[in-house]
Amino acid sequence: MNSEQLAWLIRRHGVEMTHLSHGSHIGAIFSVADIMGVLYADILRYDARDPAWDGRDRFILSKGHAGAALYAALAECGFIDREELKTHYCNGSRLSGHVSHLVPGVDFSTGSLGHGLAVAAGRALAAKQDGKSFRSFAVLGDGECNEGEVWESAEFANHFRLDNLIAVIDYNHLQSLDFCNNTLEVEMARRWAGFGWHVMEVDGHDHRALREALTHTDNPEHKPTVIVAHTVKGKGVSFMENDVLWHYRFPHDGWEYNCTVNELHAAMPAGVTDPYTPDGCPEMVPQPEPGKHVASETYHPTFYHREVEQQ
Amino acid sequence: MRDTVVRELIALAREDQTVNLITGDLGFGVLKPFWEALPDRFINAGITEQNLTGVAAGMALEGKKVFTYSIANFPTLHCLEQIRNDCAYHDADVKIICVGGGYVYGALGMSHHATEDIACMRALPNVTVICPADAVEAKYALRAIAKMKGTCYLRLGRGGEKLIHTDLTDFEIGKAYRLRDAKASGAQVAVFSTGAILEEVTNACDALERQGVGVEQYSFPTVKPIDSRTVADCAARFDHIFTVEEHNIVGGFGSAVAEALSETGGRAKLHRLGIGDFYCTEVGTQDYLRDCVGVSAAKITRTILETIR
Repeated sequence: MNSEQLAWLIRRHGVEMTHLSHGSHIGAIFSVADIMGVLYADILRYDARDPAWDGRDRFILSKGHAGAALYAALAECGFIDREELKTHYCNGSRLSGHVSHLVPGVDFSTGSLGHGLAVAAGRALAAKQDGKSFRSFAVLGDGECNEGEVWESAEFANHFRLDNLIAVIDYNHLQSLDFCNNTLEVEMARRWAGFGWHVMEVDGHDHRALREALTHTDNPEHKPTVIVAHTVKGKGVSFMENDVLWHYRFPHDGWEYNCTVNELHAAMPAGVTDPYTPDGCPEMVPQPEPGKHVASETYHPTFYHREVEQQ
Repeated sequence: MRDTVVRELIALAREDQTVNLITGDLGFGVLKPFWEALPDRFINAGITEQNLTGVAAGMALEGKKVFTYSIANFPTLHCLEQIRNDCAYHDADVKIICVGGGYVYGALGMSHHATEDIACMRALPNVTVICPADAVEAKYALRAIAKMKGTCYLRLGRGGEKLIHTDLTDFEIGKAYRLRDAKASGAQVAVFSTGAILEEVTNACDALERQGVGVEQYSFPTVKPIDSRTVADCAARFDHIFTVEEHNIVGGFGSAVAEALSETGGRAKLHRLGIGDFYCTEVGTQDYLRDCVGVSAAKITRTILETIR
């Protein structure tokens, strides 16, 4: 399976999983889907029959709320059964909303933001100590980069020259209540560069660019690599893109579900079969709620701006 | 106690190639022997308690036995969630060493009073909590936690505590040690303590004996799992059990004994001596603050006498 096919299936599973479970975070699942597709199709070394294989690359989805994307990738790559995806959020399931290491193929549980990079750094350091050749990957959200621990780990990893550590930022510019820049101003690439990292910026939906960047992380100064992947929250479904509503909302029965599936079908790569609705859904017309849902629509993000306006 | 632990850690690291020590930029004058002896397995992670705890978890998941080191509340409360999610939940082989349990850094102010750490660590599943009372307990505790897999909290005092034990070759995690058998003198009370406050408690027990009160005294190096057998045994034989800790009375050692007692039953009434659920605003030495909050030898003696008479 190629990365485009895998990314499409991650999106399709993500729709079904959040739809069935009434779960959140479809926007994040869509924004990270291409990153996950490229990682699991082309980059990560693993053995689905031996998930604990010592030679595997280590992977942590630090933005654990996009867990459905990881579970979907693991199902498509043979770690778990596809059928199990339907149990997401269910009583007795292994597939908690946030990533669980009790699932085969998952190295580390996440959910509280900011933790993953430090653990990935610890694994990278252990690999250096033992002369092992695996790489240690962590995918972080942009909102997650509000967390102070991320920057502690950034300093640490650079100081210890962990060039076997690769962070990927799913830079979709939206966090829980608002755009990142209306929350805490972000200059993502400059920040990482300021912490001494080897920084690459790519279109996070361009598989060739992602593949290129994720392959060539070696650098002469032996710095850890960060790939700032510019993404779109809700990527792939027009009425979800760039709308913070879809951080939490799940595709409801009716036009939301049907239109989501049909928009995905319109972009389905060759050689893929939709496991849920192979022929798509009955046509419906999207009726998105008018208006934006960001917090700064109704409040001033800074006192400074208010002062400027009053003058 | 500190130096003993570092000495043991060096010996341990020489035997076991997986042992690593990560400090949060603390241990001046204490850790030097380690970094000189084993520079490749010493990591100064800078002042990044959250990060270093996560790094420790990551290394542990790669097969390392990782000791984290800092003082007061920094290795515990500052990174509580990293201990919970990254270490304990993953059963990561991380041993958290805190120097300065209680009021060791008394004069430095409230930020440096480690007085709720036992409660917080004890509340975490998969975390073993050990508070040695002297260098002997500390030495054996370090060896014992190194032998077990999983996350542990080792709460040390400072250096230079009076040696109470001569030896403890039968040290076991989860076992309390009887220091004073008062059967012959017609014991009236049992006194339990954890950690370095033992020195005060021992002096208090001496004073009580001089005043004709028979005391059976125990040191509990392990707070979790608590030695409920000893609690039950004493509860059946005494009218009063006193617990003493250099820690808040909420959630700590006394609470652990109370929980055990509430399930085992017995005739003893439990009295918890510790910090009465307040932040200490006094400035002063450890001895001074112990006295201020009521856990100096004199105050312990007085409280016990007032309670039983």
